[in-house]
Amino acid sequence: MTASGIIEILIYFGVIVAITKPMGLFLVAVYDGRRTFLHPALRWLETVTYKSSGIREDEEQHWTRYSISLIAFSAISFLFVYVIQRLQAYLPLNPQNFGTPVMAPDLAFNTAVSFVTNTNWQSYSGESTLSYFVQMAALTVQNFCSGAAGMAVAVALVRGFSRQQTKTIGNFWVDLTRGTVYVLLPLSIIGALFLCSQGVIQNLKPNDVVTTLEGVKQVIPMGPVASQEAIKMVGTNGGGFFGANSAHPFENPTPFTNFIQLVMIFSIPAGLTYLFGRMVKDTRQGWALFATMSLLFLIGVFVCYPAEQHGNPILTNLGLESAATAGQAGGNMEGKEVRFGIATSALFTTVTTDASCGAVNNAHDSLTPLAGLVPLFNIETGEVIFGGVGAGLYGMLLFAIVAVFIAGLMVGRTPEYIGKKIEQKEVKMAMLALIATAASILIFAGLSSVIGFSKNGYWNPAGAAIANLTNNGPHGFSEILYAFASGAGNNGSAFAGINTNTPWYNLTLGLDMLIGRFLFIIPLLAAAGSLAAKKRIASTAGTFPTHGPLFVGLLAGVVVIVGALTYFPALALGPIVEHFLLESGKLFASLPFGGFWS
Amino acid sequence: MWNQIGPAVRITLFFTVLTGIIYPLAITGVTQVIFPHQANGSLITSGGKVVGSRLIGQTFTKPEYFHSRPSAAGNGYDGTASTGSNLGPTNQKLADRVKADVAQFRKDNPHFTGPVPADLLTASGSGLDPDISPASAAAQIDRVASARRVDAAKLEPLIAEASKSRTLGFMGEPRVNVLQLNLALDRAFPRAATR
Repeated sequence: MTASGIIEILIYFGVIVAITKPMGLFLVAVYDGRRTFLHPALRWLETVTYKSSGIREDEEQHWTRYSISLIAFSAISFLFVYVIQRLQAYLPLNPQNFGTPVMAPDLAFNTAVSFVTNTNWQSYSGESTLSYFVQMAALTVQNFCSGAAGMAVAVALVRGFSRQQTKTIGNFWVDLTRGTVYVLLPLSIIGALFLCSQGVIQNLKPNDVVTTLEGVKQVIPMGPVASQEAIKMVGTNGGGFFGANSAHPFENPTPFTNFIQLVMIFSIPAGLTYLFGRMVKDTRQGWALFATMSLLFLIGVFVCYPAEQHGNPILTNLGLESAATAGQAGGNMEGKEVRFGIATSALFTTVTTDASCGAVNNAHDSLTPLAGLVPLFNIETGEVIFGGVGAGLYGMLLFAIVAVFIAGLMVGRTPEYIGKKIEQKEVKMAMLALIATAASILIFAGLSSVIGFSKNGYWNPAGAAIANLTNNGPHGFSEILYAFASGAGNNGSAFAGINTNTPWYNLTLGLDMLIGRFLFIIPLLAAAGSLAAKKRIASTAGTFPTHGPLFVGLLAGVVVIVGALTYFPALALGPIVEHFLLESGKLFASLPFGGFWS
Repeated sequence: MWNQIGPAVRITLFFTVLTGIIYPLAITGVTQVIFPHQANGSLITSGGKVVGSRLIGQTFTKPEYFHSRPSAAGNGYDGTASTGSNLGPTNQKLADRVKADVAQFRKDNPHFTGPVPADLLTASGSGLDPDISPASAAAQIDRVASARRVDAAKLEPLIAEASKSRTLGFMGEPRVNVLQLNLALDRAFPRAATR
């Protein structure tokens, strides 16, 4: 590790600490419907949204109605995105003339689910598949809406703790609108202008063809990238305009844009921890969540970074420099950009999977095994380390419920959290959410590891589902496991050496994303409704304090232990065994493929 | 359920217009005025012709040019197919590729001994990386100098000119823009380039 690498990581963390409170205060005001400094400029837009959509701003919703609104909104959004993709050949702003065949029904289904669930898994490569109109009017829109919907759910769950003896948890439509109009839109506008100033492109021109210095024709891609790039980071969506995502120089041209993109990912999730403390009228509770997340974040990044700097011993033996020197970064540079090097790439990998962002500035598939274990584990534990916008907070609150339940079992008391008794209903709902996600990941990954189809058939033209892999051995298994973890976790990043654009993968990953989103959110909204109905009880000498280091340790422990217990066997077959094989110099033949251990 | 469909359709339409059409078009309009160079791809012209983008790397094979990193994008630096190699660390193909590239590099650059800078023979994440590390430029300087029949020391200022250090001293890594460097080479020592 280099001094400048460590300094960049620590300064980044310092910036996140510094923006948490101001961002949180702003978010509280927005979701409480109080006046903010943006109201003079934007209140009219909020009002117009309500009027044009037939929404009553003062109406409060029961948790069931709140859930129904969310589901209705997601279903309609899905239809919009699906239809726009399928009709791209007949719609404007399609200078490369991408047709409908490249957007087959299974791919369009996968992509629509992916963007509506804030996953942004991409079975396609943007520059060779989608028109500018689809990128704008279908995908960019969902980058806003799915993010705002996630934030709405988090705020509704917080209201479950902050309110008492009431049946309602807010209004989904109002929360959705406020998150979009006051938070995501302004941040995206500033972000897009900044990114463009640094070199991110923003135009509607067809691709440019130039003749290079050596006289070869080269296509320079074009498109409205900056506007999509900004919301992609702020809304923790992560779906790149281009296949290479934030590794692409037109998405992320400089170390400075990279740093700001990292800040964009964590800004709202960090602010939401403060919102939590503020809304339950005990800011220490919010900082306790923040501390838990920070602890897990720093552990992750300082596992990933040294593993990458250590490099690939096989390539070192072939004559590549693995140590960092003054003139080069050393380490495992396969899949990384020179401008980012090892430290900045490892930081991005950790952050994008701590959050459910899924943008990547380096190729995760080429990470060394232990470094690849970090994003995989981050996703599998539910992306609660700051997490996605909204999703991180509600995920961590779910773990808090589990943590106080376990603590309650140990001392034989009914657990309490934020003055609410945690009873059967809340614990059942929390477990349902955890189990549904884990089952989806493990079952689909297991199935895909063994299932076979007829060659050149509809479901998977290559035959066996494992025939779609680039890498053999344990790394191939990691690719499958990562794909389904990324889907259910609504992350969207990939060990990309797996061709998932076949009906089998498009449909299973689509289901995986739906389960990970809705079988997580709806139980939590049910818990929110049940919590809101309870009385808030005063803490006594027997109450387990949930704002101190002991709780931070317990909560972090629960996150790690639940993740480890659920996924250790799978991880042992993937990155862990690969690590030992790599260190002993074992190589696996690439395609043609004959099974994991051929 | 059904009474929520109405607001769902209407708000989806509204946000499609607001965030899917007005927002990107407004950003396009503003950036075309205030950052036209960046918004249109940071293109570089030489002798009245566009020769590429400062941000998108190119393939260089001739000895008198500094070479870029290997690229997995199409047949190399294909702007319509950005991607990394996606080869895992235990993939035989990765080891074979690096082994062959190291051998080729040693042949092309006999003056350079010692470990090869890690970035120079590994494929980037985008396949379009415009940069190499300063060490990778230094590793090639003797080859380029002898192909151009100039003193290697004369190339050093050109490398420095095409270099960028860490932003604010701590962000990212120092780097050399290969296209900018090779353009400067052709300008400073044009005779050999046209052989």
